[in-house]
Amino acid sequence: MSSDHDTAFIDLRAITKRYAGVTALDSVDFTVQPGEAVCLAGENGSGKSTLIKIISGVEPGTEGSVRIAGEERPVLNPRISAAAGVMVIFQDFSLFPNLSVAENIAFATQLTQQERFYKAGAAREIARTALERIGVEIDLDARVEALPVAQKQLVAICRALASRAQLIIMDEPTTALTEKEVRRLQGIIRKLKDEGVAVIFVSHKLAEVLEVSEKVVVLRNGKKVAEGPASEFDTQSLTYHMTGRDVAEVPPSDVRAGAETLMEVRGLSKAGSFSDISFELKAGEILGITGLLGSGRTSVAKALFGLVVPDEGAITVEGHPVPTGDPQAASRARIGYVPEDRLTEGLFLSQSILRNVAIGRLDAHTKSGVLNMGGLVSEAADWLKRLKVKAPDVNAPVQSLSGGNQQRVALARWLSRAPRVLVLNGPSVGVDVGSKADIHDIIRDLASQGIGIIVISDDLPELLATCHRILVMREGRIIDALDGRAVSEDELARRLAS
Amino acid sequence: MSAWLPKDFWTRNETLVAGVIILFCIVATLSDPRFFTITTVSDLLRASIVIGILAVGAMLVLISGGIDVSFTAIAVFAMYAATVLFLAIWPGAPWPLIFVVSILFGAALGAFNGFFIAFLGLPTLIVTLGTLSVFRGFLLTFVGSQRISDLPPAMRDFSRGVLARGTTEAGNFYSIPWAALALLIVIVLTWFILKKTMLGRSIYAIGGSVESARRIGINVKWTQFFVYVYVGALAGLAGIIHGSVGRMADPFSLVGLELSVIAAVVLGGARLIGGYGTLTGTLLGVALIVIVQNSLIVIGIPTTWQSVTIGVLILLGTGVPAYRAKRAAARAG
Repeated sequence: MSSDHDTAFIDLRAITKRYAGVTALDSVDFTVQPGEAVCLAGENGSGKSTLIKIISGVEPGTEGSVRIAGEERPVLNPRISAAAGVMVIFQDFSLFPNLSVAENIAFATQLTQQERFYKAGAAREIARTALERIGVEIDLDARVEALPVAQKQLVAICRALASRAQLIIMDEPTTALTEKEVRRLQGIIRKLKDEGVAVIFVSHKLAEVLEVSEKVVVLRNGKKVAEGPASEFDTQSLTYHMTGRDVAEVPPSDVRAGAETLMEVRGLSKAGSFSDISFELKAGEILGITGLLGSGRTSVAKALFGLVVPDEGAITVEGHPVPTGDPQAASRARIGYVPEDRLTEGLFLSQSILRNVAIGRLDAHTKSGVLNMGGLVSEAADWLKRLKVKAPDVNAPVQSLSGGNQQRVALARWLSRAPRVLVLNGPSVGVDVGSKADIHDIIRDLASQGIGIIVISDDLPELLATCHRILVMREGRIIDALDGRAVSEDELARRLAS
Repeated sequence: MSAWLPKDFWTRNETLVAGVIILFCIVATLSDPRFFTITTVSDLLRASIVIGILAVGAMLVLISGGIDVSFTAIAVFAMYAATVLFLAIWPGAPWPLIFVVSILFGAALGAFNGFFIAFLGLPTLIVTLGTLSVFRGFLLTFVGSQRISDLPPAMRDFSRGVLARGTTEAGNFYSIPWAALALLIVIVLTWFILKKTMLGRSIYAIGGSVESARRIGINVKWTQFFVYVYVGALAGLAGIIHGSVGRMADPFSLVGLELSVIAAVVLGGARLIGGYGTLTGTLLGVALIVIVQNSLIVIGIPTTWQSVTIGVLILLGTGVPAYRAKRAAARAG
């Protein structure tokens, strides 16, 4: 083992970090060899962000030693760490949307060279070299804001490379990418490794990074609970180590025989977005709608709740027509919609749980124009209990909760209105493995109570774990209807991509 | 860069504003052929100098992601204080010295803004709304509230200086004052800072994303501080030119103009969220506002409609690109 430590680019020994009495990291050893890809897995609060902060110099460890590139680093700050070649690519990429690709890539480099004057030619040269290293072509003059997410990520990688990165730390690198883009990213990672650049993935989505990683390190409650070659792990064992329990997903039970049709969608079309979308949803049924990014699945989801106005087509709920393109009418017809991006569309993050849940229930708790706060509070508290939201009380702001708990609050808002049909767009995006299974439990449980549920997702295991039927969309059309409990993941992936 | 025109030429604010200006000139010339003469052009140019210098400063602040409403108060403070100072100690001083002192006063007041914004991290609108009142109140209370028409002679000399003057064969009189050179210098200097220095690129970067700027090691505080000092200095220059050319140090002038100036800058494509703005756009925006303020009467619109027209232009100038961006985003999603 000692030779491991000698050659390592990053060598942490017995790192402990305490915040005001809470132990975030407990005597963790962690090494990264040059050119090695390491997958750092763990749930929220497991200590993985703390570990990254220590490596990148944002925060010092309480105990233990840090060596970077063979040198002891008793004092570390982001500048020293960056100079030693440690680059972090944050989830938001930290780019400048208003500047060109070339400038974004070259800015940090030119700053460290202490340039006073900006040389556009030199910036383009730096950018071109970096792009060539990963074998990608992006218009150097394009503004970054105009790029798709996947290209923004590549720009961020190039910026790190231009700054002579020896280790690139990627926070949740695949959440916003389609399958195809993930594959391209994997190719680029391989290229980086060939050049001796090491990579640490911090990720929830496990299968994708396992393919390109040599080593897996799993943290739980601040302790290293597993470490080994990536080949010895699979999604299931990783999940086990991360959560400390076996999260077995059971497919949903049968739809009750003779269940009535809840929702009927006929010939829903919108030019340039989706066309001729028709399906039925029975009481207690969970229907999946999937497709690659750009297949129109999100637009369909929004159209079901009136957020996108279709050109033609009809929606009926329990036999009554629902005017399309009108969220209030959809809401009156007791359709609920939980958006994909709860941060910007679904929740008021800085507001309390109570307010977030109550916003849909003000009418029910109002008597002659006066709000009954007591009723609202007890109802919200009741939902926290039923959905097992981990929160001190109903007054805690939603942004203080973890992703999984935020999603439960978003669910609670709609469930409190007793919906007949619930449209869930990406129900577990950015949610821990453990919470994900819990949310799937909730979904199955709701269906067994007779609610019709539509799950829009590109997370294949999620669809298989929850759906009775799965509709596959491509280029705005439904091209396949599959039995969710009979189809295999490979088969589903093939239908999606073919 | 294969074509002559940049790719987004037809969708830029600059193009839109230039189009409106050309349209206005055509309509104005059709209703009164005397409009399209060198006299009009030189009149409009003279009217654009002070507002142009102020607009360049306001643009810089908008690019950095802030907003400054105190620059008119800085301009009038610097101008009046410099005039009073020289009348008291050295009425015969040469004009460049008076100008430099006014610029320094402006820079000092800008530094005051910059201190609160950059080093204490206070919101820019709140700080400059506050200092707008403070600077103006301080000026009227402690420096003076009398209009002074007996300026140091050198300031009058400056206002008489012309780069070119003459009468065309058709009998149209024109004159280009020295002050036009000041605007030109401000434009060239600001262009150089914004395009050719890391400091200028950092101003754009901060406007694009402060957090990202911090993460890659841009000195956000000093860059912001510089912006407000520079804007203060430009305001000091604009103020002293305003006093000299108008041959009167009036402590009640200029203040109230700040929103028109910001409007001109926004019309030229700078965004209130920061990160965007070009000199070309800003100057076109200034030109449009000045033309509307001075020449609306030529095309038969009563001057009482001035502010309505400017308001409509701002709504169109900012609304059309915003609407187009929204449409484009909807198509992409």
